[in-house]
Amino acid sequence: MRVNILLFASVAEAFGNDQVALELPAPVLVADVAAALQAAVPTSAALPPLRFAVNQEFVDDGFPIHEGDEVAVIPPVAGG
Amino acid sequence: MRHLVRQRIDPDRLRLEVSDPGCGATILFLGTVRDENDGRSVTGIEYTAYEPMAERELRRIVTAVEGGHPGVRMAVEHRLGELVVGEVSLAIAIAHPRSAPPLDALREALHAVKSCVPIWKREHYVDGTRRWVAAGGGSAAQDLAATGRRPEQGDG
Repeated sequence: MRVNILLFASVAEAFGNDQVALELPAPVLVADVAAALQAAVPTSAALPPLRFAVNQEFVDDGFPIHEGDEVAVIPPVAGG
Repeated sequence: MRHLVRQRIDPDRLRLEVSDPGCGATILFLGTVRDENDGRSVTGIEYTAYEPMAERELRRIVTAVEGGHPGVRMAVEHRLGELVVGEVSLAIAIAHPRSAPPLDALREALHAVKSCVPIWKREHYVDGTRRWVAAGGGSAAQDLAATGRRPEQGDG
């Protein structure tokens, strides 16, 4: 299953892009995406601990991802 | 209303938005860009967001704060883009018939804005370098190492 992931801030910088596509065997959980993302970082920079959002809602590692879901990586937020 | 804005925030507009003849107290909170962080001289901050989700989260915060504090009226705007020192990045207006409830509501609103809304900032320094920072003030990686998985302890 192809999962398209939106990237922001320091994570987008690490990938040099604001999104990345990963091919993962179904069924796909958020934890699978997190692990694949860590392995796919093109630079030596370590990613900060990440939260994930699916369809614009924060989700936990065990949340299942389906075809067409909007998946986003949420690095530590800093509003204010 | 739209909570994320790219133009200068007009604090008085937010004050008027929550104003009501029955309200005798209004708190207006302004977050501004300061010239120092973590021992480094800051010239400005660039704010970015996962915009549709940040809008939803800010709307949700208004609903939760107003729901949790009966009689409270709240408005919030967060600016995106490049800001220089002294500019307003966040404005929150909270009104109520009495003075105590808006103080509690503001504390709750600030905590929520800083922990739940996908907004990020990159500081620009006097020496020309830039760095993404977390809510606590350090680099994103440092902050999370110090506080665990959830960054909401920061007060920056």
